[in-house]
Amino acid sequence: MAMDHNEWERPLRDLEEGVAKLWELEKKEKDPVKRAKYGDQAREFQAKLEGFQDVLYRNIGPWEQVLIARALKRPYTLDYVQSIFSNFVELQGDRAGFVDNAIVGGPAMFEGRPVMIVGHQKGRNIQDRQFRSFGMAKPEGYRKAIRLFEMAERFRMPVISFVDTPAADPGVESEARGISEAIAAGMYKMFQLTVPTIAVVIGEGGSGGAIGIATSSRVLMLEHAVYSVIPPEGCAAILWRAPERGSDAAKALQLTAHRAKEFGLIDDIVSEPKGGAHRDWPGASEMVRNAIAKHLGELSELTDEELRESRYQKFRAMGAFTSS
Amino acid sequence: MVSFSILSNRTPDRAGAFLQCLNCKKTIFSVDFEQNLRVCPYCGHHHRLSAKQRIDFTFDADSFEEFDTDLRSLDPLQFPEYSEKLAAAVAKTNANDSIFSGRATLDGHGVMIAVAEFSFMGGSMGSVAGEKITRTLERAEKAGEPAIVFSASGGARMQEGLYSLMQMAKTTAAAQRCSKSGVPYISVLTDPTTGGVLASYASIADVILAEPKALIGFAGARVSKQAGVSKVPDDFQTAEFALSHGMIDRIVPRKEMRSTLANLVKLLGAARLSTSA
Repeated sequence: MAMDHNEWERPLRDLEEGVAKLWELEKKEKDPVKRAKYGDQAREFQAKLEGFQDVLYRNIGPWEQVLIARALKRPYTLDYVQSIFSNFVELQGDRAGFVDNAIVGGPAMFEGRPVMIVGHQKGRNIQDRQFRSFGMAKPEGYRKAIRLFEMAERFRMPVISFVDTPAADPGVESEARGISEAIAAGMYKMFQLTVPTIAVVIGEGGSGGAIGIATSSRVLMLEHAVYSVIPPEGCAAILWRAPERGSDAAKALQLTAHRAKEFGLIDDIVSEPKGGAHRDWPGASEMVRNAIAKHLGELSELTDEELRESRYQKFRAMGAFTSS
Repeated sequence: MVSFSILSNRTPDRAGAFLQCLNCKKTIFSVDFEQNLRVCPYCGHHHRLSAKQRIDFTFDADSFEEFDTDLRSLDPLQFPEYSEKLAAAVAKTNANDSIFSGRATLDGHGVMIAVAEFSFMGGSMGSVAGEKITRTLERAEKAGEPAIVFSASGGARMQEGLYSLMQMAKTTAAAQRCSKSGVPYISVLTDPTTGGVLASYASIADVILAEPKALIGFAGARVSKQAGVSKVPDDFQTAEFALSHGMIDRIVPRKEMRSTLANLVKLLGAARLSTSA
């Protein structure tokens, strides 16, 4: 069982490197017979690679889904902001004494219309990951988000949330400043809004940390994103006292986009380019842009009160119980 | 006959039994213990209560009318061993899930209440608990009677996966509506209130009270430790910590809970108080 995305995708990358080397040899070779041979080999391996990629991605299990969702090369919030929006102005601070870099946000232009962006931000290298607290937001992150939600309501801007967090920060400081209240208040504020709200789970939808900015009129998930009530490792630790059994827990939790959609707990799945968003950022951005445009268009037909009421009714109906 | 037993949520079935305080280990005469609302007369430790005990200790005698008794979880994920755990919890607690909901009176004033049964799968919130909390807040809004919710929970119930996470949204939405309508909502945090319950409806009430020394926290101690949190204050994740950090309004000893709630209901609900026999 692969424990990270790098390891899982290694055979694919090895094949890719092989193909690239063959093309290089082909380029350098002067003898036309040999050159043609290299070319044939390269095409043959390319075909094999594509077949292998198909098989690999057709047989993705819940755990592999988790690995892909966490992949370091996946586009993060600011990558989408850069490719989909223009005129973004990042606004910081909770206006109560603290800053958080695990949640970013601010106004930007989406297809000629001002919108408010709020999203978790992860880092790629060590310094960046620390600066972003691994995408684990503190209370001030949610309070900044709330401030931006309020501003969006004042200026009639749709709110676009990007969700990508392993969990909210569980540290002492977060506890002292009321991480629970901050998450609850985030949801609470979102339910008051009379502007369209769309959340896109682009990677990890980690529990309360995710839902604090994701009680939106439309909740979308990228095809290979995950959304879960608890990280699979945490679930395995509690159930079997074996955090290494994350794979089994991922299966049990059914945290994939397809299951969430079947359960009716999200509204739409955004397809990813072949091999996943991390293999084709422009392609992924285009798909996310189209999905936002479609849903924003639909929501823009609704009146203020219809927006608030339909959002309430959607979440109100969520639950699996019987009364017989 | 004299017998010693470790305190549990069950009421001792034998008058005259002695019990041992879970905190100070002193021996307590069970009659004194019950009269003291299951608070240790020596060290003041508030032992956990069943939902039924909580209701008996807090609201007017025999005033509780239970609703929603027929709600049962559907095990939507077919989660390993969940149906067995549910069945065992039902057998153990004689309840269908971790929340009792209904209407009661407090000094004669009608209130809509939801009370957690911690011994039912750690008071965890799945679809049924979320629905019962939501209905309680909706009934409060509709009747114009204050909502009082006693929490005791390990958090969202992982066996119902994303459904449980969505209960945080659903209950919060209901609390928002209740608040908008001007009906008071009082949240009481009892030992323990953590995770997804604390991060949703329990934290956004008009008034938040807690019992002394109750464990109140977002992340379990194990989670915090895993995240590299090593040094924590002595009172970390207690009611006292929450109070000193401005996260709750008051710590209320159990014997003052009834009068405190009654007073708040009178003060906050003055405009809409309904009286009933």
